Amino acid sequence: MSKQKKSNTSRLYVPEPQFRPGDTPDYSHISVPVGHAPSRPDPLCPAHETSEHATRLIRVLRFSGEAAGDWIPKISPDTLRRALRDLALTRAMDDRMFNMQRQGKMSFYMKSAGEEAVSIGHAMALRDTDMVFPTYRQQGILIHRGASIKEMMCQCLSNSGDPLDGKSIPVLYSFKKHGFFSISGNLGTQLIQGVGWAMANAYKDSDGIASVFTGEGATAEGDFHYALNFASTYRAPCLINVVNNQWAISSFQGIAAGEGETFAARGIGYGLATLRVDGNDILAVYAATKWAAERARRGGGATLIEHFTYRKSGHSTSDDPTKYRPENEPDVWPFGDPLERLKNHLIFIGEWDEEQHTRLLAEVKLEIREIYKSAEAMGNLSGETKVNDFTMFEQVYERSLPHLDEQKRMFAAERD
Amino acid sequence: MAIDIQMPALSPTMEEGTLSKWLVKVGDTVASGDILAEIETDKATMEVESIDEGVVGKILIEAGTDGVKVGAVILQLLEDGESADVLSAPVGGDMIVEDDKGDDKPGTAGAVHPENAGANRDMSGGMPQAVAVANDPDIPTNIKMVETTVRDALRDAMAEEMRRDETVFVMGEEVAEYQGAYKVTRELLQEFGSRRVVDTPITEYGFAGIGCGAAMGGLKPIVEFMTWNFGMQAIDHIINSAAKTLYMSGGQMRCPIVFRGPNGAASRVGAQHSHDYASWYANVPGLKVVAPYDAADAKGLLKAAIRDPNPVVFLEHELMYGETFDVPDMDDFIIPIGKAKVRREGTDITLVSHSRMVGRCLEAADILAEQGISAEVIDLRTIRPLDTDTVIKSVKKTNRIVCAEEGWGQSGIGAEVAARVVAEAFDYLDAPPERVFQADVPLPYAANLEALSLPGTKDVVEAAKRACYK
Repeated sequence: MSKQKKSNTSRLYVPEPQFRPGDTPDYSHISVPVGHAPSRPDPLCPAHETSEHATRLIRVLRFSGEAAGDWIPKISPDTLRRALRDLALTRAMDDRMFNMQRQGKMSFYMKSAGEEAVSIGHAMALRDTDMVFPTYRQQGILIHRGASIKEMMCQCLSNSGDPLDGKSIPVLYSFKKHGFFSISGNLGTQLIQGVGWAMANAYKDSDGIASVFTGEGATAEGDFHYALNFASTYRAPCLINVVNNQWAISSFQGIAAGEGETFAARGIGYGLATLRVDGNDILAVYAATKWAAERARRGGGATLIEHFTYRKSGHSTSDDPTKYRPENEPDVWPFGDPLERLKNHLIFIGEWDEEQHTRLLAEVKLEIREIYKSAEAMGNLSGETKVNDFTMFEQVYERSLPHLDEQKRMFAAERD
Repeated sequence: MAIDIQMPALSPTMEEGTLSKWLVKVGDTVASGDILAEIETDKATMEVESIDEGVVGKILIEAGTDGVKVGAVILQLLEDGESADVLSAPVGGDMIVEDDKGDDKPGTAGAVHPENAGANRDMSGGMPQAVAVANDPDIPTNIKMVETTVRDALRDAMAEEMRRDETVFVMGEEVAEYQGAYKVTRELLQEFGSRRVVDTPITEYGFAGIGCGAAMGGLKPIVEFMTWNFGMQAIDHIINSAAKTLYMSGGQMRCPIVFRGPNGAASRVGAQHSHDYASWYANVPGLKVVAPYDAADAKGLLKAAIRDPNPVVFLEHELMYGETFDVPDMDDFIIPIGKAKVRREGTDITLVSHSRMVGRCLEAADILAEQGISAEVIDLRTIRPLDTDTVIKSVKKTNRIVCAEEGWGQSGIGAEVAARVVAEAFDYLDAPPERVFQADVPLPYAANLEALSLPGTKDVVEAAKRACYK
């Protein structure tokens, strides 16, 4: 199965991915079961009854487009078509922004290609008021919740339309009104904070829940373990999501946690409910999230969900993935593409066709182009229209302090 | 040399206890491990084991005596062949008191430390109360004063705010059942229950993060660190999240939270329990940093911190917890964050400090007065935002300044104060600013080295005299 690399023959073991540039990736050994996906237990079942869910894979969509198994959610065709649109819109936005970064309009961008279903399926199963503590690559949640794409773009372009007044970097969005906490650039801090937010909601007797995200790479941070421990100890009403997209920049997922066990299985030792789900299967993501959200809302405590997916693009605009993995690996990844799989399902159930699909893709591309134009009209990284200089001194404290006012006054005097 | 057996402490906060029963008498031979006596406090009883061998030479405390100070000599053992002639006047606790007069020798450590609790009690006057209260613009003069320890003042502040606002809660290691490692959360669990006085797993990083999340979720957490040294684990949440979230979210998300606990040197607790973090946190925009000296400020400022919509780092001092001061008996006693206090007026030199060092400066002012130097003592109280105006105003009057702190010198609070004075009142200065701070080494354990390392009253006096060219 895995090739013995030279570095792995000594007693010091350094995990290596199966394939590096120049190799021909072959995933024929990976079985993609759907018929024998684990059953759907009662959402308030004892945590240990979900142990097998941590090592197997919850799936609903067969590659034929047929939905099968215990986890088929009840979703109307209209809602599914909207999900398809959200997937396509997110991808179109990412493509556009990536290209614009390449043209120097912004300093940095991160695409979510290949894992859009994780965000969108998840957001569909939550209430819009449930608080998400995301990491990067959950822009799909914002798109689904109807956040202003123009504002997101303006933040990336760092212009006068940036809702954060130039106080944070591209992609690290912050939308309180959409229940989307400021993304943490130092990775992982949001995990424990999300658990704390959930505990605060429980204390206030609100039925809101928190959903926190990390990539599989940052599960190596202590934050992940603190979060699991607290979530278990205080039965916090929250969902802890590990988006296992196989790659942390150039480190394959085995570097983060060794190759012995799944990320979901880490929750078993903490006594948490654990689900492992095919992250490219939006119906499975939806169903798993719905299960965990119900458990949290009804006082059953937290669930650790591993979303097994694949990062089709590079980590960010700063790296070239062909330097560390085979160029065609994204195409041969055995779990397919989330957008294609939902499309196939809609076609299979007779609610969609190729022509409609082509039209949708063209439509969202145009929509993104128009939004982008209006965003860039407010300036870009190197352009004239920038964030107002004086906002720099604002929002350091809830109310300004004398020394900050003085700083601002001196700055204004220099300008005159 | 006879071996002195001292009254032991059952806990770090024990100050005195009852010697209930002797199990040996004069002339008995004891071996290591033999039980000598039974002692008790209101919480527990304990057997005193001998760790030495010898013959009981003298019993200094009768069985049944209450209020025996921790550290007092209770029995003297004669070593092999020694005669009872070597037994002289009791030594130990009282000796420490002698050593103590005037400066920061081992033993001024304060009541909380078992080795010194007894000794410190006997110090004439304890911490200087100064003439401050009458001058304090923050407290009406017709208010009744209640003698309160700093420890209880902090507890009262939390209890009052928790009664007033049910979103306020306290969490940390040992804050509930155990009532706080230093008993600062005493009786809070009994009044408010385990939903609001929350014992946490041992992970400062973990519960600081929980606190930040709860603050973002609309509550007002008070996070207690057993010491700020342990808060190092949590510094990422304090700085990268609590301090920056309001700004980075463009004002959408806020983190109103108080991080509190003892900061700086205690007694004989070594380098990893004695670090002064004032200048670390003072460096960070988005945080407020408070370091009170007396009980009234501890109470008034902690209440202000809990009500503040920003994250507040609240630096207490272990050696001050047991000190008693007057606290005004008022319903809602709040001291505004960001205002220094002139604790003693003077004309010849300004002594600026914060936290426990204020006591040293007040002592120094007494000594300087005897030598004809009138010192003005300023207690910064808040480190960020720093009340430079009060300091500058004073320096314009006295033309001289000593900046004193317990922490290290480089990038210290005193460095900041001195720089601002030089920048804003250069023409008023008749001498370069003087500074007093800890020796530039990790705090050593041994008592003599620790005393050498930490700044004391004498250092302040000498610095003041240098600045006055005397």
